[in-house]
Amino acid sequence: MKDILHPRAATDDHPLTKIALSAIAIGFLILFLFMPLLSVFSEALAQGWRMAWDALREPDAVAAIKLTLLVAAIAVPANMVFGLAAAWCIAKFDFRGKHFLITLIDIPFSVSPVVAGLVFVLIFGLQGWMGQWLRDNDIKIVFALPGIVLATIFVTFPFVARELIPLMVDQGRDEEEAAVSLGASGWSTFFRVTLPNIKWALLYGVLLCNARAMGEFGAVSVVSGHIRGLTNTMPLHVEVLYNDYQYVGAFAVASLLALLALVTLTLKSLLEWRFAGELAASGRH
Amino acid sequence: MSLVIESVAKKFDRFAALKGVSLTAPTGSFMALLGPSGSGKTTLLRILGGLEFADVGHIDFEGLDWLSLPARERRAGFVFQQYALFRHMTVAKNIGFGLSIRPRKTRPTRAEIARRVEELLTLVQLDGLGGRFPSQLSGGQRQRVALARALAIEPRMLLLDEPFGALDAKVRKDLRHWLRGLHERLGLTTIFVTHDQEEALELADLVAVMNQGQIEQIAAPAELRASPATPFVADFLGQALDNTGIVPIRTMAPKQSSQRTGDASHVA
Repeated sequence: MKDILHPRAATDDHPLTKIALSAIAIGFLILFLFMPLLSVFSEALAQGWRMAWDALREPDAVAAIKLTLLVAAIAVPANMVFGLAAAWCIAKFDFRGKHFLITLIDIPFSVSPVVAGLVFVLIFGLQGWMGQWLRDNDIKIVFALPGIVLATIFVTFPFVARELIPLMVDQGRDEEEAAVSLGASGWSTFFRVTLPNIKWALLYGVLLCNARAMGEFGAVSVVSGHIRGLTNTMPLHVEVLYNDYQYVGAFAVASLLALLALVTLTLKSLLEWRFAGELAASGRH
Repeated sequence: MSLVIESVAKKFDRFAALKGVSLTAPTGSFMALLGPSGSGKTTLLRILGGLEFADVGHIDFEGLDWLSLPARERRAGFVFQQYALFRHMTVAKNIGFGLSIRPRKTRPTRAEIARRVEELLTLVQLDGLGGRFPSQLSGGQRQRVALARALAIEPRMLLLDEPFGALDAKVRKDLRHWLRGLHERLGLTTIFVTHDQEEALELADLVAVMNQGQIEQIAAPAELRASPATPFVADFLGQALDNTGIVPIRTMAPKQSSQRTGDASHVA
């Protein structure tokens, strides 16, 4: 009787196994994700709201926040376009060297950001290949905004492309061909067929790209030159403050960074929840 | 007035998909491109639709230099094997797509588009399903949406790539008869690709048997059965007779033979 009332699943494991596995997973999450996050916020607020707030309003911190937002505002749209173009040509065309191109896109994932930063210094720095010419023409790239933007674009390049390629390959060219045979121009095919089909993956890629762009440390650290109030982004500012034993300030700025990441994640979950039906229809997640 | 294809050839890398194909079909005919996979039939269909480009050759359709027209200006209604419905649009939006993307000057009003969509839904027997998404339809229903979408642009010709390939046997039979009836009503020049001999012989009034990038024979089904031009044709059609048995084909014969021999003499 009992067995009939409580039907067993075919994949039934011992209850202890389930509990043990869940406990390990949750314990891991708490230890490595929630605890650090919590400690960042608690350190920031260790001496009260006022101290944390003042640390954020201090001119160097404001400059760092502004610079980070500016860099993200340039790098993210640029990578949205680059990523879209790369994914488009990989998914919709056949050509020689396609696999090589896919490997190239992955380089920023496999190369240490510090190396990436050094490459830019080597090319655009004073002693670099283009250094003389740049100085003659009074163009500043390294230790200035353009260098930071370049390094950020390099490091965050794969996010959008990587997110789009599998989806676009999977969707194939049929719908675009159908649109063209129905009389659609290239632009209306893109905006009315291609883009709606990939919008969620694109948004997801852009959000990830943005999170990384604001948080990038290594590559930016090499090309920025650490000029306070001028070329320090938020992650660099955190390091500077921390090295100066200004813990409240360091953790306050770090909290802000973490908060931006949380907002990104919340935004993504919210959109996923709101448009669950459409997501299912476009065959994603 | 007719469709005239002259020595069309196409290579993919080193593989010759079409090795100089020529054929003539009268306007309004219902033609099957029949052959095994790799025979070039789909390539020829895609060239007609403007989705693939011939390396050499010439195609004239009703006085138009067909190959010089870009796909979007040909008004060739193309029905894809997997239907290629726009998955993020409702059935109604799918069907109305071809009208809604026209340049403003020639675009019908919103109400006019809605009316056309309703008409087409009735034509393909999908009344009331305009608000559904493609993922909520059965295979046979999707097929008919794809057809309605292609018909919405008032196509000059209708191109169907393995139109029944993805459907189960029962639905396939029904749709086949329905499509034949639709063709008789609309009189559109219709070309479909199939590897199924029975389907080609039963449905089309002109069958082009293709093999390795060439047309082995083009004739009406009755003539094809009576006098296959090459051993390949005899062999390929022989399989059809063996598989399906002689009886069902004989029972069909009286009804269709008169009409088809008529077409055959017309073509010749």
